[in-house]
Amino acid sequence: MNIRISQLDKEIIRAVQGELPLVERPYQKIADELEISKEELLARLKQLKEEGRLRRMGVILYHRQAGYQFNGMGAWLVSPERREEVGKLMTSYEEISHVYQRPTYPDWPYSLFSMIHGQSQSEVEEIAQEISEKTGIAEYKILYSTEELKKTSMKYFCEE
Amino acid sequence: MVKQLDELDKKLLTLAQREFPLDSRPYQRLGEELGLSGQEVIERIKELKEAGYIRRLGGIFSSKKLGYVSTLAAAKVAEEQFYQVVEEVNQYQGVTHNYRRNHDFNLWFTLIAPDQASLEEQLAEIEVLVGVKVLHNLPAERFYKLGVKLNLEKEG
Repeated sequence: MNIRISQLDKEIIRAVQGELPLVERPYQKIADELEISKEELLARLKQLKEEGRLRRMGVILYHRQAGYQFNGMGAWLVSPERREEVGKLMTSYEEISHVYQRPTYPDWPYSLFSMIHGQSQSEVEEIAQEISEKTGIAEYKILYSTEELKKTSMKYFCEE
Repeated sequence: MVKQLDELDKKLLTLAQREFPLDSRPYQRLGEELGLSGQEVIERIKELKEAGYIRRLGGIFSSKKLGYVSTLAAAKVAEEQFYQVVEEVNQYQGVTHNYRRNHDFNLWFTLIAPDQASLEEQLAEIEVLVGVKVLHNLPAERFYKLGVKLNLEKEG
Protein backbone atom coordinates (compact mmCIF):
# COMPACT_ATOMS: atom_id res chain seq x y z
CA MET A 1 0.00 0.00 0.00
CA ASN A 2 1.35 3.35 -1.01
CA ILE A 3 0.61 5.90 1.65
CA ARG A 4 1.66 9.47 1.26
CA ILE A 5 0.83 11.89 3.98
CA SER A 6 1.66 15.54 3.63
CA GLN A 7 3.76 17.38 6.15
CA LEU A 8 0.76 19.49 7.09
CA ASP A 9 -1.41 16.43 7.71
CA LYS A 10 1.30 14.98 9.91
CA GLU A 11 1.36 18.17 11.94
CA ILE A 12 -2.42 18.10 12.21
CA ILE A 13 -2.41 14.48 13.32
CA ARG A 14 0.23 15.28 15.95
CA ALA A 15 -1.89 18.16 17.18
CA VAL A 16 -5.21 16.34 17.53
CA GLN A 17 -4.10 12.91 18.71
CA GLY A 18 -3.80 14.11 22.31
CA GLU A 19 -6.49 15.94 24.22
CA LEU A 20 -8.80 18.28 22.38
CA PRO A 21 -8.82 21.60 24.28
CA LEU A 22 -11.89 22.11 26.45
CA VAL A 23 -12.54 25.62 25.21
CA GLU A 24 -15.38 27.06 23.21
CA ARG A 25 -13.51 26.92 19.91
CA PRO A 26 -10.94 24.13 20.22
CA TYR A 27 -10.16 23.81 16.51
CA GLN A 28 -9.42 27.53 16.33
CA LYS A 29 -6.91 27.09 19.14
CA ILE A 30 -5.19 24.21 17.35
CA ALA A 31 -5.26 26.07 14.03
CA ASP A 32 -3.59 29.06 15.67
CA GLU A 33 -0.84 26.84 17.02
CA LEU A 34 -0.31 25.36 13.57
CA GLU A 35 -0.49 28.79 11.97
CA ILE A 36 -3.24 27.80 9.57
CA SER A 37 -6.85 28.90 9.39
CA LYS A 38 -9.57 27.09 11.29
CA GLU A 39 -11.32 26.47 7.96
CA GLU A 40 -8.27 24.73 6.58
CA LEU A 41 -7.88 22.62 9.71
CA LEU A 42 -11.51 21.49 9.64
CA ALA A 43 -11.32 20.82 5.90
CA ARG A 44 -8.19 18.68 6.36
CA LEU A 45 -9.77 16.77 9.24
CA LYS A 46 -12.89 16.09 7.19
CA GLN A 47 -10.71 14.88 4.34
CA LEU A 48 -8.71 12.62 6.67
CA LYS A 49 -11.98 11.24 7.95
CA GLU A 50 -13.26 10.63 4.45
CA GLU A 51 -10.08 8.73 3.65
CA GLY A 52 -10.56 6.60 6.74
CA ARG A 53 -7.32 7.81 8.25
CA LEU A 54 -9.13 9.66 10.99
CA ARG A 55 -11.58 7.10 12.35
CA ARG A 56 -13.35 9.75 14.36
CA MET A 57 -12.95 12.64 16.69
CA GLY A 58 -14.46 11.87 20.02
CA VAL A 59 -14.15 10.28 23.39
CA ILE A 60 -12.58 6.99 24.30
CA LEU A 61 -14.26 5.53 27.35
CA TYR A 62 -12.92 3.37 30.09
CA HIS A 63 -15.02 0.31 29.31
CA ARG A 64 -14.87 -1.15 32.74
CA GLN A 65 -16.44 1.85 34.37
CA ALA A 66 -18.94 2.15 31.56
CA GLY A 67 -20.79 -1.06 32.29
CA TYR A 68 -18.75 -4.02 31.07
CA GLN A 69 -17.25 -5.49 34.20
CA PHE A 70 -15.47 -8.35 32.55
CA ASN A 71 -13.52 -8.99 29.37
CA GLY A 72 -12.15 -12.36 28.45
CA MET A 73 -9.91 -13.06 25.48
CA GLY A 74 -11.15 -16.30 23.96
CA ALA A 75 -8.52 -18.21 22.00
CA TRP A 76 -9.88 -21.08 19.93
CA LEU A 77 -8.26 -24.03 18.21
CA VAL A 78 -10.07 -24.09 14.89
CA SER A 79 -8.98 -25.98 11.78
CA PRO A 80 -8.27 -23.75 8.76
CA GLU A 81 -11.31 -24.97 6.83
CA ARG A 82 -13.69 -24.03 9.63
CA ARG A 83 -12.29 -20.61 10.56
CA GLU A 84 -14.54 -18.64 8.27
CA GLU A 85 -17.72 -20.25 9.55
CA VAL A 86 -16.73 -20.15 13.23
CA GLY A 87 -15.37 -16.61 13.00
CA LYS A 88 -18.62 -15.40 11.49
CA LEU A 89 -20.69 -17.15 14.12
CA MET A 90 -18.66 -15.45 16.84
CA THR A 91 -19.35 -12.01 15.42
CA SER A 92 -23.07 -12.66 15.66
CA TYR A 93 -22.87 -12.40 19.43
CA GLU A 94 -23.52 -8.96 20.81
CA GLU A 95 -21.09 -9.70 23.64
CA ILE A 96 -18.23 -10.43 21.27
CA SER A 97 -16.03 -7.91 19.56
CA HIS A 98 -12.73 -8.05 17.78
CA VAL A 99 -12.67 -11.49 16.20
CA TYR A 100 -9.26 -12.09 14.67
CA GLN A 101 -7.40 -14.88 12.99
CA ARG A 102 -3.75 -15.05 14.04
CA PRO A 103 -0.82 -17.37 13.34
CA THR A 104 -0.30 -20.52 15.38
CA TYR A 105 2.84 -22.07 16.87
CA PRO A 106 3.52 -25.55 18.25
CA ASP A 107 3.08 -24.20 21.78
CA TRP A 108 0.20 -21.89 20.80
CA PRO A 109 -2.27 -23.71 18.53
CA TYR A 110 -5.17 -21.27 18.95
CA SER A 111 -5.91 -19.43 15.73
CA LEU A 112 -9.12 -17.52 16.39
CA PHE A 113 -9.27 -14.77 18.98
CA SER A 114 -12.46 -13.20 20.27
CA MET A 115 -12.94 -10.58 22.95
CA ILE A 116 -15.89 -11.60 25.09
CA HIS A 117 -17.59 -8.95 27.21
CA GLY A 118 -19.88 -9.61 30.12
CA GLN A 119 -21.03 -8.43 33.48
CA SER A 120 -19.18 -11.23 35.24
CA GLN A 121 -16.64 -13.95 34.67
CA SER A 122 -19.35 -16.59 34.68
CA GLU A 123 -21.27 -14.71 31.99
CA VAL A 124 -18.14 -14.64 29.83
CA GLU A 125 -17.66 -18.35 30.40
CA GLU A 126 -21.27 -19.14 29.56
CA ILE A 127 -20.96 -17.36 26.22
CA ALA A 128 -17.78 -19.24 25.43
CA GLN A 129 -19.41 -22.52 26.37
CA GLU A 130 -22.41 -21.81 24.19
CA ILE A 131 -20.16 -21.12 21.22
CA SER A 132 -18.22 -24.26 21.97
CA GLU A 133 -21.39 -26.34 22.00
CA LYS A 134 -22.77 -24.75 18.85
CA THR A 135 -19.58 -25.22 16.88
CA GLY A 136 -18.16 -28.36 18.41
CA ILE A 137 -14.90 -26.49 19.01
CA ALA A 138 -13.87 -27.98 22.35
CA GLU A 139 -10.30 -26.71 22.54
CA TYR A 140 -10.25 -23.15 23.75
CA LYS A 141 -8.85 -20.95 26.46
CA ILE A 142 -10.21 -17.82 28.01
CA LEU A 143 -7.46 -15.48 29.05
CA TYR A 144 -8.22 -12.70 31.47
CA SER A 145 -6.12 -9.66 32.05
CA THR A 146 -5.06 -9.95 35.66
CA GLU A 147 -3.08 -6.73 35.55
CA GLU A 148 -3.14 -3.72 33.24
CA LEU A 149 0.49 -2.83 32.67
CA LYS A 150 0.06 -0.14 30.04
CA LYS A 151 -2.84 1.39 28.17
CA THR A 152 -2.31 4.42 26.04
CA SER A 153 -3.11 5.82 22.63
CA MET A 154 -0.53 5.65 19.88
CA LYS A 155 1.31 8.86 19.10
CA TYR A 156 1.81 8.93 15.34
CA PHE A 157 4.61 10.71 13.53
CA CYS A 158 6.60 11.25 16.70
CA GLU A 159 9.48 8.88 15.90
CA GLU A 160 12.97 10.21 16.35
CA MET B 1 -16.47 7.64 45.44
CA VAL B 2 -18.22 6.64 42.23
CA LYS B 3 -19.94 9.32 40.24
CA GLN B 4 -23.38 8.23 39.10
CA LEU B 5 -24.16 9.01 35.49
CA ASP B 6 -27.39 10.86 34.90
CA GLU B 7 -29.38 10.64 31.67
CA LEU B 8 -27.66 13.67 30.18
CA ASP B 9 -24.22 12.25 30.95
CA LYS B 10 -25.16 9.03 29.18
CA LYS B 11 -26.49 10.88 26.15
CA LEU B 12 -23.43 13.08 26.10
CA LEU B 13 -21.06 10.10 26.23
CA THR B 14 -22.91 8.35 23.44
CA LEU B 15 -22.93 11.45 21.23
CA ALA B 16 -19.34 12.38 22.00
CA GLN B 17 -18.32 8.86 21.14
CA ARG B 18 -20.14 8.59 17.86
CA GLU B 19 -20.76 12.05 16.47
CA PHE B 20 -18.34 14.51 17.97
CA PRO B 21 -18.72 17.47 15.61
CA LEU B 22 -16.03 18.67 13.25
CA ASP B 23 -17.41 22.13 13.71
CA SER B 24 -16.05 25.41 14.93
CA ARG B 25 -17.95 25.17 18.24
CA PRO B 26 -18.29 21.43 18.86
CA TYR B 27 -19.32 21.65 22.51
CA GLN B 28 -22.07 24.09 21.68
CA ARG B 29 -23.29 21.78 18.91
CA LEU B 30 -23.42 18.87 21.37
CA GLY B 31 -25.20 21.12 23.83
CA GLU B 32 -27.91 21.88 21.29
CA GLU B 33 -28.73 18.17 21.15
CA LEU B 34 -28.87 17.94 24.91
CA GLY B 35 -30.43 21.21 25.95
CA LEU B 36 -27.20 22.41 27.53
CA SER B 37 -24.93 25.35 26.86
CA GLY B 38 -21.49 24.77 25.38
CA GLN B 39 -19.95 25.69 28.71
CA GLU B 40 -22.13 23.15 30.53
CA VAL B 41 -21.01 20.45 28.10
CA ILE B 42 -17.38 21.38 28.77
CA GLU B 43 -17.96 21.17 32.53
CA ARG B 44 -19.61 17.78 32.22
CA ILE B 45 -16.77 16.44 30.07
CA LYS B 46 -14.27 17.65 32.67
CA GLU B 47 -16.21 15.85 35.40
CA LEU B 48 -16.47 12.67 33.35
CA LYS B 49 -12.74 12.73 32.77
CA GLU B 50 -12.02 13.24 36.45
CA ALA B 51 -14.47 10.53 37.44
CA GLY B 52 -12.69 8.08 35.14
CA TYR B 53 -15.36 7.58 32.50
CA ILE B 54 -13.52 9.31 29.66
CA ARG B 55 -9.99 8.18 28.94
CA ARG B 56 -9.33 10.68 26.18
CA LEU B 57 -11.09 13.18 23.96
CA GLY B 58 -9.34 13.69 20.66
CA GLY B 59 -8.62 12.21 17.25
CA ILE B 60 -8.68 8.45 16.86
CA PHE B 61 -6.69 7.30 13.85
CA SER B 62 -6.42 4.11 11.84
CA SER B 63 -2.82 3.02 12.20
CA LYS B 64 -3.06 0.96 9.03
CA LYS B 65 -4.34 3.86 6.96
CA LEU B 66 -1.54 6.05 8.26
CA GLY B 67 0.89 3.46 6.93
CA TYR B 68 1.73 1.91 10.27
CA VAL B 69 1.85 -1.82 11.02
CA SER B 70 0.67 -3.42 14.21
CA THR B 71 0.74 -6.73 15.97
CA LEU B 72 -0.11 -8.60 19.12
CA ALA B 73 2.79 -10.27 20.92
CA ALA B 74 2.56 -13.01 23.50
CA ALA B 75 5.50 -13.85 25.76
CA LYS B 76 6.35 -16.28 28.49
CA VAL B 77 8.23 -14.27 31.07
CA ALA B 78 9.96 -15.65 34.15
CA GLU B 79 8.21 -14.48 37.29
CA GLU B 80 11.46 -13.24 38.86
CA GLN B 81 12.12 -10.84 35.99
CA PHE B 82 8.51 -10.06 35.17
CA TYR B 83 8.37 -6.41 36.18
CA GLN B 84 11.83 -5.70 34.89
CA VAL B 85 10.69 -6.94 31.48
CA VAL B 86 7.45 -4.96 31.74
CA GLU B 87 9.36 -1.81 32.44
CA GLU B 88 11.54 -2.29 29.38
CA VAL B 89 8.65 -3.28 27.12
CA ASN B 90 6.56 -0.30 28.23
CA GLN B 91 9.32 2.08 27.19
CA TYR B 92 8.57 1.38 23.56
CA GLN B 93 6.29 4.15 22.39
CA GLY B 94 4.51 1.75 20.02
CA VAL B 95 3.53 -0.56 22.87
CA THR B 96 0.05 0.80 23.51
CA HIS B 97 -1.59 -1.99 25.50
CA ASN B 98 0.18 -4.38 27.82
CA TYR B 99 -1.47 -6.92 30.10
CA ARG B 100 -0.53 -9.74 32.40
CA ARG B 101 -2.78 -12.69 31.64
CA ASN B 102 -3.57 -15.91 33.46
CA HIS B 103 -1.57 -18.32 31.28
CA ASP B 104 1.98 -19.59 30.71
CA PHE B 105 1.99 -16.89 28.09
CA ASN B 106 1.69 -14.33 30.83
CA LEU B 107 2.57 -11.11 28.99
CA TRP B 108 0.47 -9.82 26.08
CA PHE B 109 1.10 -6.52 24.40
CA THR B 110 0.19 -4.67 21.23
CA LEU B 111 2.92 -3.02 19.21
CA ILE B 112 2.51 -0.38 16.50
CA ALA B 113 5.44 0.67 14.30
CA PRO B 114 5.98 2.82 11.21
CA ASP B 115 7.00 -0.18 9.11
CA GLN B 116 7.45 -3.95 9.22
CA ALA B 117 11.22 -3.79 9.60
CA SER B 118 11.09 -1.61 12.67
CA LEU B 119 8.30 -3.71 14.15
CA GLU B 120 10.38 -6.85 13.77
CA GLU B 121 13.45 -5.12 15.08
CA GLN B 122 11.64 -4.05 18.24
CA LEU B 123 10.22 -7.54 18.78
CA ALA B 124 13.71 -9.01 18.35
CA GLU B 125 15.04 -6.64 21.01
CA ILE B 126 12.28 -7.63 23.41
CA GLU B 127 12.74 -11.33 22.70
CA VAL B 128 16.29 -11.28 24.03
CA LEU B 129 15.53 -9.44 27.27
CA VAL B 130 16.54 -11.38 30.36
CA GLY B 131 13.50 -13.25 31.60
CA VAL B 132 11.75 -13.61 28.24
CA LYS B 133 11.58 -17.34 27.58
CA VAL B 134 9.44 -17.31 24.44
CA LEU B 135 7.95 -14.53 22.37
CA HIS B 136 5.47 -15.05 19.56
CA ASN B 137 4.43 -12.54 16.98
CA LEU B 138 0.68 -12.85 16.45
CA PRO B 139 -0.30 -10.30 13.80
CA ALA B 140 -3.95 -10.32 12.74
CA GLU B 141 -4.19 -12.27 9.50
CA ARG B 142 -7.85 -11.58 9.16
CA PHE B 143 -10.39 -9.73 11.20
CA TYR B 144 -14.06 -10.47 11.35
CA LYS B 145 -15.46 -7.45 13.15
CA LEU B 146 -14.21 -4.42 14.95
CA GLY B 147 -15.36 -2.25 17.77
CA VAL B 148 -17.48 -2.42 20.88
CA LYS B 149 -19.75 0.52 20.86
CA LEU B 150 -21.49 0.79 24.14
CA ASN B 151 -24.95 2.14 23.98
CA LEU B 152 -25.04 3.72 27.41
CA GLU B 153 -28.61 4.84 27.09
CA LYS B 154 -29.77 1.25 26.81
CA GLU B 155 -28.03 0.12 29.95
CA GLY B 156 -29.90 0.03 33.20
